[in-house]
Amino acid sequence: MTMPGNSAPAALHAPIDARDRPPSSVYGPVAWMRANLFNGWLSSGVTILFGYLIIRAAIGFVDWGFLNAIWTVPALPNGNPDPATCRAVRGTGACWAAVGDKWRFITFGRYPYDQQWRPGICIALFLSLYVMSAMRQFWRKELAFIWLGILTLIGVLMWGGVLGLRYVPQDEWGGLPITLILATFGLAFAFPLAVFVALGRRSTQMPAVKLICVLYVELIRGVPLVALLFMASVMLPLFLPSGMNIDKLLRAQIAIILFVGAYVAEVIRGGLQALPKGQAEAADALGLSYWQKTMRITLPQALRLVIPPLVNTFIGFFKDTSLVLIIGIFDLLTSGKTAMSDPTWQGSSTEIYIVMAIVYFGFCFAMSTYSRSVERKLDSAHNR
Amino acid sequence: MSSTFDPRLANARIAPKRGIRLSWSDPKFRNIIFQILIVSALGLAIWYVAHNTQRNLEIQRVATGFGFLGRTAGIPIGEALVPYDPAVNTYGRALVVGLLNTLKVAVIGIVLSTILGTIVGICRLSKNWLISRISAVYVETLRDIPVLLQLLLWYTLLQGLPAPRQAINIGDAVFLSNRGLKMPLIEWQDAHWWTLAAFVLGALGTLAWNRTALRQRDETGKKPPVWPAALGLMVLLPVLVWASLGAPFAIEYPALRGFNFSGGGIISPEYFALLLGLTIYTSAYIAEIVRSGIQAVPRGQWEAAGALGLRQGAVLRLIVLPQATRVIIPPMTSQYLNITKNSSLAVAIGFQDVVSLSQTTLNQTGQAIEGVAIVMAVFLTISLSISLFMNWYNARIALTER
Amino acid sequence: MMRLTLTGGMMATALLAAAPTYAQPSGSATLDAVKARGMVICGIAGAVPGFSLPDSQGVMRGIDADSCRNVAAAALGDATKIKFTALTTTNRFTALQSGEVDLLVRSTTWTLGREANLGLEFAGINYYDGTGFLVKKSLGVKGAKEMDGATICVQPGTSTELAISDYFRQSKMKFTPILIQDLAEIQSAFLSGRCDSYSTDSSALATFRATQPNKDDFVLLPDIISKEPLGYVVRKGDDKWFDIVRWTYFATVAAEEYGIDSKNVDEKLKDTNPDVRRLLGLEGDMGKALAIDNKWAYNVVKQVGNFGETWDRNITVLGVPRGINNIWNKGGLHYAPPIR
Repeated sequence: MTMPGNSAPAALHAPIDARDRPPSSVYGPVAWMRANLFNGWLSSGVTILFGYLIIRAAIGFVDWGFLNAIWTVPALPNGNPDPATCRAVRGTGACWAAVGDKWRFITFGRYPYDQQWRPGICIALFLSLYVMSAMRQFWRKELAFIWLGILTLIGVLMWGGVLGLRYVPQDEWGGLPITLILATFGLAFAFPLAVFVALGRRSTQMPAVKLICVLYVELIRGVPLVALLFMASVMLPLFLPSGMNIDKLLRAQIAIILFVGAYVAEVIRGGLQALPKGQAEAADALGLSYWQKTMRITLPQALRLVIPPLVNTFIGFFKDTSLVLIIGIFDLLTSGKTAMSDPTWQGSSTEIYIVMAIVYFGFCFAMSTYSRSVERKLDSAHNR
Repeated sequence: MSSTFDPRLANARIAPKRGIRLSWSDPKFRNIIFQILIVSALGLAIWYVAHNTQRNLEIQRVATGFGFLGRTAGIPIGEALVPYDPAVNTYGRALVVGLLNTLKVAVIGIVLSTILGTIVGICRLSKNWLISRISAVYVETLRDIPVLLQLLLWYTLLQGLPAPRQAINIGDAVFLSNRGLKMPLIEWQDAHWWTLAAFVLGALGTLAWNRTALRQRDETGKKPPVWPAALGLMVLLPVLVWASLGAPFAIEYPALRGFNFSGGGIISPEYFALLLGLTIYTSAYIAEIVRSGIQAVPRGQWEAAGALGLRQGAVLRLIVLPQATRVIIPPMTSQYLNITKNSSLAVAIGFQDVVSLSQTTLNQTGQAIEGVAIVMAVFLTISLSISLFMNWYNARIALTER
Repeated sequence: MMRLTLTGGMMATALLAAAPTYAQPSGSATLDAVKARGMVICGIAGAVPGFSLPDSQGVMRGIDADSCRNVAAAALGDATKIKFTALTTTNRFTALQSGEVDLLVRSTTWTLGREANLGLEFAGINYYDGTGFLVKKSLGVKGAKEMDGATICVQPGTSTELAISDYFRQSKMKFTPILIQDLAEIQSAFLSGRCDSYSTDSSALATFRATQPNKDDFVLLPDIISKEPLGYVVRKGDDKWFDIVRWTYFATVAAEEYGIDSKNVDEKLKDTNPDVRRLLGLEGDMGKALAIDNKWAYNVVKQVGNFGETWDRNITVLGVPRGINNIWNKGGLHYAPPIR
């Protein structure tokens, strides 16, 4: 929906912030340390104190996580792993063997073991979708079709039932694909909703529509996601005619879409507001209709402006999908917690938490790094 | 999307100040029709949902209404700020206990995360490379890990503390175990209330004196010292009141009795994990807000203040932070709202906030709609109050700035 | 604006509350739906050993799961035509109320309040249970009366929560509750020593203890402080479906009483005992009266087994004695009215 990348704002003229540079008169490691670590007695003291603490913590972590850690355990005669060596080092060393034993369960949940290549491919598809959406070459209307295509492909792979794939019902899905599905489908469906809500909220001609949009946004933003998920899981069935039922994953997805819609609407509204008034006025002067003006002039510009905050919002609710743990949906965090409750690996929950934290961090950090790079490229004058 | 657009009408523009024509080519008329359509569609949807709900409830023969709030609860609650006994108190009171617990987390979390976030945000701009790097890593790492995962991890780590009998003992007064942090508590008597009242009075007096002193400085250029008045009003006065009432003083020490410590005050691991997790997570966001707020203050302000001979700390405190506050307040408001909303994650680690208690209540009584309605109402009220307060504060400092 | 909506919401709720709350029962809508779908959807816990837990092949095992299969075998003639939906303690009743599941067999205690307020009905009891306490042996506690001042881990929203509260009040003792909804989280809290005792249905405690690698470090206290009859739950207002579920349970008990099990059920077809012949659908039209196949009980016993078989397969293997869960003529409480 955005314009092609060749009309990018003049990023080349961004001023270089001189104060972020070290004074040019001193170079070399000693001078650098003098200027940046031991500049005055207070600075030196703090450096030494924190340096000591960091080294202590690093040594402790390396001891626990690497030197004393157990990476594999022997198997018992019945084929199950024998956690005795892990129990022996409890408290002094990490038991990565627990992660090694459980990683497929944590990643794919209860998806049939022999079919787990399917969610595996889905994860790869999701990643490629993110990468494509991040590239400027793809910022065109066709991106919507790519999304549609890939999401359909993911649905086919997960459900199966066609092309000789075995049908796998939704209650057997789990792990990382669920997290990615909730976040991505959440964005895909919330985005059009959010566009309309943002336009509605800025409407001057239709006070009733504006009121509805304001109410929707403020109501949703005023309550925690937990309460919404809770409502979806407990109350949504009551709202439907008796006999009609929707799956609990879909119910959670609906709650997430409504939640994301309200936040993304505010982001888009911010972008629309940041556009110079002249754009809309010029469009009016050309005699364009409201939809022509919106779809061809204002919205594409506004959307390009809001890409960094949009990515930040996406990061936010990518993390928030973990809240479905509370209503018993089998996402990455839930499958990790289920893996921890296996009596064999009792006491290894810290290790599993760390691995899950790294997975979430990986996704979020990549996205936030990307968002910052886009922000830097966008013309700062347009930005706020 | 563009189906409503009729190419023949592309050039139809509004003439200024014209009455509504009952014609499709009149945008005003069109807008009214659209609005009627949208509103009636929404109304129909709401009616449909309400109708279904009512029918479903009828079929299930579920009683509706808020009458259950007056029933005896019988559900135990781990920690309560107001006296609560499941045998006699009602569901209504249980929910009040939950609400107070939510506020206890939210208010203290807001204060702590503001302090911590401001420190980290300032540290990130430190000239000391190590400090600014540590702050950057702190912010980047904590922001990118789901808060629920952090809470669960903190809770797991706190459970790794020793059992009460092997508690970490600090001077036989403070005990840290997997049952929480036990501290000595003053046995509260009437005299203490009077002392507290004297202190509050003293603090108000000090504040008043400070204002007078400031006014005097504006007039004469010299500020009379405030500290003697502060010492007299806030320390001496309460001590005198306390002494005149017989100086009662007794400390209740926690002691290991049976399974657990009894006596003294306690911070439970559930509360502590929740507070710790929320504070640390939110402080990472606040640090970024503070940093960008400070960076928004023009460099010239620093240089001018430096030229006046002010020290770094004074520049930050007197010149930069007051100006940065203006930029900081709006995003800070949304962080305060976030911490309040995130306090509902208490349900995952067993701290009984209003969400957790209403969930229990609705499960014991079957009143799903009412339970969810209460949670929504509570959070909307809290959110609105915080927004209003912050808007008021924002308006106030914006005014002072002129 | 916000206040306006709130008032609006309250008014809507008040309107709902004012509306008449009772309507005509809808006949056998559930059975029709089950037949049309060709599958019974059953709500279970999905994570409790002995009751419902998937085995390594992903097949749901446990007494609750088998109870569901019984109903599928009776209603559809095929015990495999069953879909299990895992529910939490919080969403189990809504799932049943909304029709998401046809039947709930999820260690759910039969209480008056649940039947009167929730629009549900208990069709039978598959496990006579009671609230118990699990403690660490190192604590040195011998009975529940020594638990004054203890910290107790319990799941919120359960009848256990209410039972403990009553028990401690009655015994004039104090306790600190730790209420965590997530089963895994509360168990890890107990194992880590956050609480002195873990309390829930004693059956679940026994199976939890049995699955621990260091099970001898834990003691199940002898006191049972409440009655927790766990049963089959259906929606109120569908009497035919209620009858099918209730008599399916009775059929399994009757089969055990007459000595009919999955192995000898075909021989028993030649039996001359009229009770057996009626049960197996050879005489009388018992199944037809329930609007299902006349060989309903035969299908149940043949495909799933009688009550004792189900018990032995799921509970005895965990080392829990049968006790009051035996049939009536062997000193237990399971009793089937005559099938005639």
